[in-house]
Amino acid sequence: MSVSPTGPVGRPRRRVDARAKVIGQTRFADDLFFPRMLHCRLLRSPHPHARIVSIDTSRAQAHPGVHLVLTGDAMPIPYGILPVSHDEHALCRDVVRFVGDPVAAVVAADESAAADACALIDVVYESLRTFASPEDSLAYAEPRIHDYGDTGNIHKLVALEFGDVDAAIAGSDHVFDDVFFFEGNTHLPLEQHAALALRDPDGKLVVYSSTQTPHYLHRALAKVLEMPAAHIRVIATPNGGGFGGKSDPFNHEVVVAKAAWLLDRPVKICLSREEVFYCHRGRHPVLMRYRTGVSKDGRLTGIDLQTLLDGGAYGSYGVASTFYTGALQTVTYRVPRYRFRGCRVFTNKPPCGPKRGHGTPQSRFGQEVQLDKIAETLQMDPAALRILNVAPPDTLTANYLHVRTIGLAECIRRVTASSGWAEKFRKLPNGRGVGLACSSYLSGAGLPINWNDLPHSGVQLKLDRSGGVTAFCGATEIGQGSDDVLAACVAEVLGLDTFDIRTITGDTDLTPVDLGSYSSRVTLMMGHAAVQAAERAREILADAVSRKLDVPKTRLVFASRRVFDCEAPDRGVTFQEAVCLAEAVVGTIGTTGSYTPPKSAAKFKGGGVGPSPTYSYTAAVVEVEVDPGTGWITVPRVWIAHDIGRAINPTLVRGQVEGSVYMGLGEALMEEQVFRRLPARLSHALVHKFPSILEYKSLTSLEMPEVFTDLVENPDSAGPFGAKEAGQGPLLPIMPAVANAVYDAVGVRIDEIPVTPEKILKALIAKAAGKPARIGPTAFPEVPWPEPLQVTPPDEGGDGRASNAPARAKRNVDAGIEAKAGVRP
Amino acid sequence: MPSDTDSKVRLSLDVNGERIEALVDPSKTLLEVLREDLQLTGTKHGCELGECGACAVLVDGRPVLSCLALGLECQDRAVTTIEGLAANGALHPLQEAFADFGSAQCGYCTPGIILTAAALLESDARPSRDRIREALSGNLCRCTGYLQIIEAVEAAAAATASRKVTA
Repeated sequence: MSVSPTGPVGRPRRRVDARAKVIGQTRFADDLFFPRMLHCRLLRSPHPHARIVSIDTSRAQAHPGVHLVLTGDAMPIPYGILPVSHDEHALCRDVVRFVGDPVAAVVAADESAAADACALIDVVYESLRTFASPEDSLAYAEPRIHDYGDTGNIHKLVALEFGDVDAAIAGSDHVFDDVFFFEGNTHLPLEQHAALALRDPDGKLVVYSSTQTPHYLHRALAKVLEMPAAHIRVIATPNGGGFGGKSDPFNHEVVVAKAAWLLDRPVKICLSREEVFYCHRGRHPVLMRYRTGVSKDGRLTGIDLQTLLDGGAYGSYGVASTFYTGALQTVTYRVPRYRFRGCRVFTNKPPCGPKRGHGTPQSRFGQEVQLDKIAETLQMDPAALRILNVAPPDTLTANYLHVRTIGLAECIRRVTASSGWAEKFRKLPNGRGVGLACSSYLSGAGLPINWNDLPHSGVQLKLDRSGGVTAFCGATEIGQGSDDVLAACVAEVLGLDTFDIRTITGDTDLTPVDLGSYSSRVTLMMGHAAVQAAERAREILADAVSRKLDVPKTRLVFASRRVFDCEAPDRGVTFQEAVCLAEAVVGTIGTTGSYTPPKSAAKFKGGGVGPSPTYSYTAAVVEVEVDPGTGWITVPRVWIAHDIGRAINPTLVRGQVEGSVYMGLGEALMEEQVFRRLPARLSHALVHKFPSILEYKSLTSLEMPEVFTDLVENPDSAGPFGAKEAGQGPLLPIMPAVANAVYDAVGVRIDEIPVTPEKILKALIAKAAGKPARIGPTAFPEVPWPEPLQVTPPDEGGDGRASNAPARAKRNVDAGIEAKAGVRP
Repeated sequence: MPSDTDSKVRLSLDVNGERIEALVDPSKTLLEVLREDLQLTGTKHGCELGECGACAVLVDGRPVLSCLALGLECQDRAVTTIEGLAANGALHPLQEAFADFGSAQCGYCTPGIILTAAALLESDARPSRDRIREALSGNLCRCTGYLQIIEAVEAAAAATASRKVTA
């Protein structure tokens, strides 16, 4: 796929939807108003874990203005994003599992009437033991938060081993054994989730929602409402920020769909900010232990990783999140042998799920801080140590992930050069420091959530005699610029301007399926589908123009809204004339394109999480200033280089990179989704510590540092025009780079996120007292690990299959630490 | 009780240069009046508690969080929303710059930020970068990291200044 000098690809451009956004005319879900529309509010549980004894809705139903009161019995079918964890109900039926779990819904003439009526619903609860931490969930198997999962309150246990790791570590010159903790945090999209449902005039159900995944919502609605999917239309309104937080099918979406169906009136719900904190699906708190073998010249010999994830009350994406905590270590650096064991537990808190980086930032933090410690011990420069270990291109990793192009070493060279690393590292005065860290990320998950052979993304094009081109795709615009990428890919191939293309996206009635805006998949997968559809359209047009002008097709150029002979550019037709010529020959012109990722080399169970068509790479240097007297930390500057393959629109890529730096600094310094117990005189319930924007601290324009962004462009043939992802990878190095910079500044190790002034001060005080200058966890708890699945690495002769699969599975089931295959709720 | 006309009060506002008379629930915030009674949904909300800045509008030229002001408090005052910023079909220089600099990603915080920046430029035609950061510090953006926003405000200020020089 070549790029034309006059085409849109690679040029910094105004995005196609910019005008609507700057004039306030982008229609978000809560901006929709329909005649006869009613409003919905949810009654949420005040208990973290309780059995519902009874619900009496009679007073609410009698309240003026109330049209409908729903409880869980109206929607008894469970759903969930992953097929292995359909463990949610639109409204809780028997048990509530966290403060904020919805138990009833009221639909009324306006929001205040609905809220007033919610207060009139009488629910009798019987309290159950609260599981507040992973330690609680490991210690007590009963009562089970869910009646499924690997054992007790353990949702998922994963154990994979690639080669003899113990031998590799035992034979290493150095062994590093470190425990790290990464606190949970949340997406905090500025737009509160909203959904609106109605029956269209011919009786079918229509649901508008601020969802990143209309396709999965479509499936969930069909299942719960027991309706043919073809009779349900889901329209993803542009999302006012997603970051992964709008990727699950949500109870409020199902509730308004059911209510609109029953009442035959439009029903809308917009969650309050407090409720958005309860939806969550954000970063899992993860405790991790890295045992890493290193040769004396600094080469990694093997990693033995354990992770423990606090999953919250439901499955969500959790099984995938668990695998992701151990998936990408090998994609960044060459790790010849690797063992990964991950455990996700249920607790009575809002469910965790995918936030930007999905499961990988936590363990990336541990790995990159440990590398800083390794470099220190080996007296190596952290940049040189990393460059030495960068994964080789065009290889399979020990866990069978395909590394294609890798610009990581170049990224490291660029950020060390631009930041003046050599002059700063270990050389700045006390209180100032620099830290380096790297990362990699998927350009789209290689496997779909529901395993099948269908394309992951589809695009249809309509061309007509007006010269107009409309591109239809199920992809969802969440602010990242997917509509612009769609227009750019089509315009590039057809020689048009992006503003010549009309984009219709995220509408299950009108657009072919795209799996959704998650896993950094849209640019690559939708882009391929768009290019294929556009190339097919170009072929049709070229046939007609070639005949008309009597010029061989191979000499025709599509550029500047014309189709012309490259040897005689004056000889040509306008694009509109070309469409007319073609339409006269072939009739109505419509083309399609689709994309399915290549098959993975991993043939073992669990090998489905981690494969991607290609990976992006990032390196970042963060500079910090730490007040040694107070621990107060500020970040004045960040240098970041990102291997983007090729930037479709550099303005948007830069925005993704800087936005990642911003969000990464929030996680590094202040953002925490944490909980507390109410006083005993109230209920002692486990509640969200501060479900408000005021108290959930995030960076403002005053805290945002200067950012020097560098895009490394080395087109990867796996991506459209060579493009890789930009939305998630650049976030990952920021947190460890901050922790490493704090060590450079004041000589204390903060081995947990966030890195707060309190922790720094505590460590400084410990250091002054001659104690270990470190804050962080000291131990990893006992987890009933199953016997690992043994897979021989490719360079030791492996074929991607496990060597001990059936016997191991039987032993693990017999030991009671693995659910029998096929056991699902 | 769902609101009925008996409990509503007459509110008159100058909204984007147009005289508006409406019967509104007296408990409604300016945000609710704009969005629900006047269908001016360009004004957004992210918290309804004055924490995020998404609902900022101009009242008599000054930025106000419309979720914290009652509609009635604005009786007979001039309210500018994002719908009123473009004049005679031409985008405001801030709108042009935000579009060109990638300053609007999801676009949800954008109306509040553009209006806050417009008020800043009215009081200080060439604000320093620190002044811009200070002025926008009450408007949260989760997408951009603010830098492309700040650059757009600087570019809009420069464009406005050069236009005045040529004019």
